[in-house]
Amino acid sequence: MIVNQFLVLAALLFSIGIYGVLVRRNMVLVLLSIELMLTAVNINLVAFGSYVQDALVAGQVFALFVITVAAAEVGIGLAIVLLIFRNRSSVNVDELDLLKW
Amino acid sequence: MEFGDWISDARNIVFLVIALIMFVSAVRVVSSPNLVHAALMLVLTLAGAAALFVMLGAEFVAWTLVLVYIGAVIVLFLFGIMITRAPTGRDPVRLDHERRWPAALVALATFITIAAATTAAFEDAAIPEGVVRTEDIGDVLFSRYVIPFEAVSFVLLAALIGGIVLARKDPEK
Repeated sequence: MIVNQFLVLAALLFSIGIYGVLVRRNMVLVLLSIELMLTAVNINLVAFGSYVQDALVAGQVFALFVITVAAAEVGIGLAIVLLIFRNRSSVNVDELDLLKW
Repeated sequence: MEFGDWISDARNIVFLVIALIMFVSAVRVVSSPNLVHAALMLVLTLAGAAALFVMLGAEFVAWTLVLVYIGAVIVLFLFGIMITRAPTGRDPVRLDHERRWPAALVALATFITIAAATTAAFEDAAIPEGVVRTEDIGDVLFSRYVIPFEAVSFVLLAALIGGIVLARKDPEK
């Protein structure tokens, strides 16, 4: 196994996530695409971690931190989506024009 | 490295199968006309990522991914989809923007940039063997990384309280 095969796969997942964030209108689907990008970052971290083989296991520890922060982000994000849906009865990102003049 | 040499390693065949499954399911996540299917396809992608972590010797991270992501986050997403009563029928026009090609172009350019950079930087650098035991992660997490660990715990607590405050109905109304 070479380290680059994991990095290229992670780059692929990351760019698919970027496509999803740009093209989806539904907010929940945008959050799903962000999860895809975070997973790509985690693959990168763990691949580098086992490539470097450091004593502090930094790659895996920081992958764990990313997973935790992503869980927090999903909780807050879905709460905000729920609130917006309650106020505007829509979760499409292009219909949220309250801050547009 | 020649492709023939690379594929002669059995682990690389396993990697190729997992990568193919992850690629197809990730594409379905961003292109599926059905919201619930998109969320369920993310499960497949994350399971593939967990399998890759096992291949890399990161067993604890793999199981954390399965428990936290597939177990909790996806269920949260499904709740979000159900509660917002999003269109569950097959209607791709209402789920996607009209202009898909600029987004695809941006994604392709990102992929080419990152892949070219990593290929130029690492070429054929091999990953050494070795499994990180959960004990090692626990040791290092509660000694060297104890302050970041506590900070992340605090972030989780703040997110928990914030989620409750945001999603709760205002009692005065």
